Amino acid sequence: MAEAAVAKAAKKKKPHRFYDYSLMFTIIFLTVFGLIMIYSASSYKAQLDYGNPAYFMLRQGAIAGCSFIAMYVVSKLDYHWFARFAMLGYALSYLTLLLTVFSPLGVDSHGKKRWLRLGPVQFQPTELVKISLILLLAVVIAKLGARINQMRAAGLVIALALPLALLVTANNLSSGIIICGIVFVMLFVACKIRWPFFLCVGAGVGLLAAAPHIGHILVNLHILQDYQLTRINVWVNPIQYARSGGYQVLQGLYAIGSGGLFGKGLGESLQKLGFVPEAQNDMIFSIICEELGLFGAISLILVFMFMIYRFMVIADNAPDLLGSMLVIGVMAHIAIQVILNIAVVTNTIPNTGVTLPFISYGGTSVLFLMLEMGMVLSVSNQIRLEQ
Amino acid sequence: MNRNQTRHRGRTVFLCAAFCLCLTGLTGRLGYLMIGRAEELSRMAEELHQRERSIKAARGRILDRNGEVLAGNRAVCTVSVVHNQIEDPQEVIRALAGMLDLPEETVQKKVETYSAREILKTNVEKETGDAIRRLNLAGVKVDEDYRRYYPYGSLASRVLGFTGGDNQGIIGLEVRYEEYLKGTDGTILTLTDAAGVEIENAAEGRIEPMPGRDLVTSLDRNIQMYAEQAAYRALEEKKAGNVSVIVMDPRNGEILAMVNAPEFDLNDPFTLLPGLETGTGNRQDQLNRMWRNPCINDTYEPGSTFKIITAAAGLEEGAVTLEDSFFCPGYRIVEDRKIRCHKTGGHGSETFLQGMMNSCNPVLIDVGQRLGVEAYYRYFTQFGLLEKTGIDLPGEAVTIMHRKENMKAVELATVSFGQSFQITPLQLITTVSSLINGGTRVTPHLALRAQETDGSAARAFDYPQGERILSEEKSAALRFILEQVVAQGSGKQAQVAGYRIGGKTATSEKLPRSRKKYISSFVGFAPADDPQVIALITIDEPEGVYYGGTIAAPVIGNLFEMILPYLGIAADGDQNG
Repeated sequence: MAEAAVAKAAKKKKPHRFYDYSLMFTIIFLTVFGLIMIYSASSYKAQLDYGNPAYFMLRQGAIAGCSFIAMYVVSKLDYHWFARFAMLGYALSYLTLLLTVFSPLGVDSHGKKRWLRLGPVQFQPTELVKISLILLLAVVIAKLGARINQMRAAGLVIALALPLALLVTANNLSSGIIICGIVFVMLFVACKIRWPFFLCVGAGVGLLAAAPHIGHILVNLHILQDYQLTRINVWVNPIQYARSGGYQVLQGLYAIGSGGLFGKGLGESLQKLGFVPEAQNDMIFSIICEELGLFGAISLILVFMFMIYRFMVIADNAPDLLGSMLVIGVMAHIAIQVILNIAVVTNTIPNTGVTLPFISYGGTSVLFLMLEMGMVLSVSNQIRLEQ
Repeated sequence: MNRNQTRHRGRTVFLCAAFCLCLTGLTGRLGYLMIGRAEELSRMAEELHQRERSIKAARGRILDRNGEVLAGNRAVCTVSVVHNQIEDPQEVIRALAGMLDLPEETVQKKVETYSAREILKTNVEKETGDAIRRLNLAGVKVDEDYRRYYPYGSLASRVLGFTGGDNQGIIGLEVRYEEYLKGTDGTILTLTDAAGVEIENAAEGRIEPMPGRDLVTSLDRNIQMYAEQAAYRALEEKKAGNVSVIVMDPRNGEILAMVNAPEFDLNDPFTLLPGLETGTGNRQDQLNRMWRNPCINDTYEPGSTFKIITAAAGLEEGAVTLEDSFFCPGYRIVEDRKIRCHKTGGHGSETFLQGMMNSCNPVLIDVGQRLGVEAYYRYFTQFGLLEKTGIDLPGEAVTIMHRKENMKAVELATVSFGQSFQITPLQLITTVSSLINGGTRVTPHLALRAQETDGSAARAFDYPQGERILSEEKSAALRFILEQVVAQGSGKQAQVAGYRIGGKTATSEKLPRSRKKYISSFVGFAPADDPQVIALITIDEPEGVYYGGTIAAPVIGNLFEMILPYLGIAADGDQNG
C-alpha cells in the first residue's frame, strides 16, 4: 500500500478505514456556495418568471439535498459491488440517448433534443452517459490490466466509447467533447504509450489557434456554413460581432470586467438583471466575478484545485486499478468541465455550453455529480490505513 | 484484480499538475480581464445599464425694458425608443418614420440598437408628439421639452440671436448671456435591467433642473418697431442693400433699438433671405453673412458725421472757436494733394460754425492741421475711438486706423473729415453720445439685469461709464453747433416740429471709390440742449439720390416724431413753431 497511507496509519495508530472528509466538506462547501450564487444570479429572473425569487435556489437545493443522501449511501458501498452494474448503466445510457433522439419522449429545445421526459421527471441523459462510461471504462481497463497496451485492447475501449460519444455530440457538442476528454484522460493514465496523447493535445491546441483560418477555408470549400463560422468570429472579436451572437459573450465579459479586485459585493451584480443570459446556468462564473471580484474568483478556482488534488491523492492510494481508474475518470470530468466553463466565460475559447460543476443550476447535473462523488468517496473508504 | 502501478501514479500526478496549470492560466486570463481591462469593460457595462434622463431646464426669457417678452419658450417633444421594450419593430419603424419624417433606415438602425435609450428626434411639434403618444407603441417614449420661440419673428433678430437644436444660443444676446439664460438641466440617473426597466431603489439620484434666468434688456419693443418700420421704408424707397438704425440713450449707453433691415426670421433662422442665396461661398457662409450684425460686426468710413469728433477735439484743445473765420475755395491743397470740398464752387468765407453747418471739408481740414498729428491722435484715443465700445454682443469689430507714426499731413486731413479709416456705426454713435452728453464716455449695452421668472433675485449688470473725455462747456458748444446744423444747415430735413434736434449728416463713398457706391447716414439727438435719445441711421448703397442730408436725415426726423412723445419728452413750443 502507499507510503502515505502507512504514515497516516502509523500516526493514527488505530487501524480503520479511510474516509476523505476533506473532499466531502469541499463538496458541501461548493454545493452551498453554488446555491447562494444561484439565488443571487437568478432571483431577479425567478421573481419575474415565477413570482418567487428563491424558485431556482429552492429547486436546486431540494435536488442537491436528496443527491447528497444518495452520495453518502453510495460512498458507504464497496465500489466493487456497484462496478457489477457497469454494463447495465452502459446499456441504460444507450437506451435513454436513443429514446431522447428518436422517440417522442425527447424534449425539443432550441432545435436540439437534450432532455428526456419520463412521467413527471425530466433529465439529461448525457449526464448518465458520463457516469456510466466512467464506470464501464474503469471496469474494462482494470480487467484488461497490462493488456491495455496492446493495440486491440485499446481499440476495444475506444469502440465502446466512440459510438456513444458520437451520439451525444450530434445533439450536444460540448458534452461530446467532455466525454471524449474523459476517455482520453483515462486511456492516458492506463496506457504505457505516451506520444499519441501528447500529439493529440498538441494538435488540439494548434487547431484552436488556427481556428479562424481553418474556418474560412472550410467555408470557402462549402464544407462549413457561414453561420457556423460566426461562433469563431465572435470568439475572435466579440465586440464586432455583437449582433450575431457576441452579445452573450460580451455581456459575460462586461460582468467580469465590472468586478474588479473585490467585486461589487454579493447580490450587487447588475449584469444578472437580464443582461447575461441564463445567469444562473453556464454563465454563473461571470456573475461570481462581478459580485466577488478577482479575489472571489481565485478563491473558487483554488477550491476546485484542492478538489482535483484530493482526487489525485485518492487515485494514487486506491486499493486497485479499478478504484484508481474510477477516481481518474471523475477527476477528468470535473477538471475538464471547470476548465472549459471558465475558458468559455473568459472568452478564451469559442463559446460552447458547459456548466460549472456544483455551482451552475441543473438538477440532473447535480444528481450525477453527487453520485460520482459517492463513487470517489467509496474508493477513499476502501483505503485501509493499516495493512 | 490488477494492482495500481507506479506508472499510473505518475500519470495521475502529471494530470493533476496539468489541470492545475490550465486553471492557473485561466486565473491569469481572469486577472487580465478584471484588472487590465476592468476600466474599459465596466465603462461599457455602465453605459448599458445607466439611463440618464435629463430634465430640461426652461431657458430664461429675453424681455424688453417694459417686460415685453422678446424670446420665450414653447413646448415641444423629444421622441426616443427603448430597444428591449419594443414589441413590434416593423410597426414602430413604419409609424415613426412616417410621422417624424425620417428615413426608415435611420429609424430601423436606432430601433435595433442595444442600449437603454436611443433618441430619434428632438424638437418635434407638440401635436405630433401627442399623436405618437396616442398610438401607444410599446418601447416608444415621448418626452416634453422646450423650444425657443420668438413672438415677434424677425424683430431685432441680430441682437436677440437664436438657439440651435440643443437649445444653446448661437448668435446675439442668446449666446452672450448663455450662462444666465441656459439654466442647469436636471437629471434622473437610473439603472435599468436588460429590458430597459428602471430598477427600483437603484435610483442614484435626481437633480432638479434650475430654470434659466430672464434677461431684461434695454430694448424697447415699440421703439424697435418704429425704427424697423422706418428702416424698411428707407430700404424699399432707396432700394438699398441694408439699412441700420441704432437708437440709444446718450446719457448711459442703453440701446433702445438696433435695426438691421432686412431682418431674418428668428423662428426660422436657417432659411436664407431672398437675394442672399446668390452670394459666394457655401451655404454656411451665406447663413453667417445673413446673421451678421452690420452695426457692430462691420466697419465703414463714417464721413462727415465724424466732423463732430474733429470739432470736439479742436474746441477742447482751443485750436478753434465758433467765430473763427475760414475760407473755402472748393478745395484745400495739403502738401502735394488737392482735397476737394463737396461743393465744387467753394463755400467762400465762413465762420467755423457755418463751416460745420455747411459740412465744409476745408474748414475741418484746417482744424485738423491746427491740431497736428500728435494732438489729433491724442483726442482720437481719449475719445475711445481706438478701443472697442465694449457692447455686450459678440463679434464687435475693431477700428481700422492709421498708425500714428504713418500719419502725415495728408492722412490727418482726410481723417479730419471722416475718411481713410473705418469704425463701426456703433462706435460712431457711442462716441457722439459721449461728446454731447456733457462729455463722459458711455458703454453701449443691452442687458440691464438677469432675474428669476418672478422678477426676484435680480442681478444688475454694470458697465464702465463716466470717464470724462470732454469738458462740459465744450460739450455744450458742440450741442449748439449740431443744433444749428439741423436748424439751418445740412441736416434741415431732420427737423421735428416743436423739438430741438441736433445732428450731422454724412455721405461716405464706399471703397473702391470707382464703384460710386455710397453709405448715407445721419446721426441725430434730442432734445438738443439736454439729449435723452440719439439715433444713427446708415443706408448702405442707396439708388438714386444718395446725400445723407436728403435721404437719411428725414428718416430720423420721422422716427423722432414718433418716439419723442412716446418717451415722454415734451415739445417746447418756442422752437421752430
